[in-house]
Amino acid sequence: MSETSKIEIRALRKSFGSNEVLKSISLDVAKGGVVALIGPSGSGKSTLLRCINLLVVPDGGSVRVGDTSFAFGDGSKLPGVKTLARFRATTGMVFQHFNLFPHMTTLQNVMEGPVTVRRMAKADAEKLARAQLAKVGLAEKADQYPATLSGGQKQRVAIARALAMEPDVMLFDEATSALDPELVGEVLNVIQQLASEGMTMVIVTHEIAFAREVADRLIFMRDGIVVEEGPARQVIDNPQEAATRAFLSHFHRTGALPPANAVS
Amino acid sequence: MYQWDFGILWSYRWLFLNGLGVTVGFTVVIVVLGLVFGLFGAFGSLSRFKAVRLTALTFIEAFRCTPILVQLIWFYYALPILAGVEMTPITASALALSLYGGSFYSEIIRGGIISIDKGQSEAGAALGMTPGQSMRRIVLPQAIKRMIPALMNQSIIQFKNTSLVSVLAVPDLVYQSQVAAHDSYRPLETYTAVAVAYAAILIPLTIIVRRGEKRLAVSE
Repeated sequence: MSETSKIEIRALRKSFGSNEVLKSISLDVAKGGVVALIGPSGSGKSTLLRCINLLVVPDGGSVRVGDTSFAFGDGSKLPGVKTLARFRATTGMVFQHFNLFPHMTTLQNVMEGPVTVRRMAKADAEKLARAQLAKVGLAEKADQYPATLSGGQKQRVAIARALAMEPDVMLFDEATSALDPELVGEVLNVIQQLASEGMTMVIVTHEIAFAREVADRLIFMRDGIVVEEGPARQVIDNPQEAATRAFLSHFHRTGALPPANAVS
Repeated sequence: MYQWDFGILWSYRWLFLNGLGVTVGFTVVIVVLGLVFGLFGAFGSLSRFKAVRLTALTFIEAFRCTPILVQLIWFYYALPILAGVEMTPITASALALSLYGGSFYSEIIRGGIISIDKGQSEAGAALGMTPGQSMRRIVLPQAIKRMIPALMNQSIIQFKNTSLVSVLAVPDLVYQSQVAAHDSYRPLETYTAVAVAYAAILIPLTIIVRRGEKRLAVSE
């Protein structure tokens, strides 16, 4: 698997002060693979996700995405600002609270990465941005400001914004946790569509039924370690560890995805 | 009962106008220079490097926590003795007022920048922006909107603070009115007219600021 893996994490460690959040985590994501990270809050899953694009800089271990790899810990130099920026441009990230730029229209939000980071000509960036907005079903919202959109629409714009950088991998940090229940489906549908197109993705989620449906691998974390890992359906339907069983007992694990509301 | 006679001031009109010109010109200079110092102070106090942060904080607190009148006198009378730096009254007072204003602008600018949600710069970073790019493109455009009312307010205070330069014999509006008052033996009329002149310039400005605040409140 490691030959074809798109993301390779080895012995990753991270502490915030005296709080050890990640205790030697290793993780592989195959090209085109979808990995779901689940676990109780404080388990380190969001920190792990943020270490993949180095939004959080690890204390030890190594991170490789595609051909770019970084080692951390004793004797290794922290990557510089420019190196980090170039690296992050190849990974897309979607946040729990959308983090859209409120002073820009939807279209400008999606154009921002291509124009500022990739130095793309405005006209080309606009064409690309409109295509991405169309892809998430929001072509007609191009000239509106984020404040006028619903939560589900905001998150779809955020996905379009990340896709406009044409990233190799997409990282989702609890992308539906801040949404009203009736808006969750429209965002999950977009993520599912990306999965079916072969996008490599790591998804931190509490939507167990969704993870079962979309992810091919599932990782259950608790207290900074990987407790259980395996094919998503197998882990969810037949967890081996007591801690996994206890956590999963809080969720409906199967059944249909939440219905997608008609795209407005 | 005191007999008001404002007519007598007419013969000093050129003196007043000269003084007003100096006051307005001074304000423009110290607001612009003050904003430059303010930018350095704000970014310095947000720097990754401790030495830069400490330098910026020392500057801010030194000028924010001492009276401007003392600073003016100190710049003109103490600097030549201590550092051998001779300055004209105009240079000394422009510098003191700019640094004094800059210390307050620093805090306004710094406050505006840190009031922007951390998720905004994170989103910029996740797109591949350098910290400088995300500051310019994402954080500052939002922060400036929040800073404007406070910056305008501080600039209004700066306009009035220019009246203190008269202690160094800079011929501003207050200094010229002292001349007129001594000459005419009409200090009540003179200083009343001066107060009216300051208010006549500032009240329209405050109305503009208040309108701006309302518009910002709507757009957020």
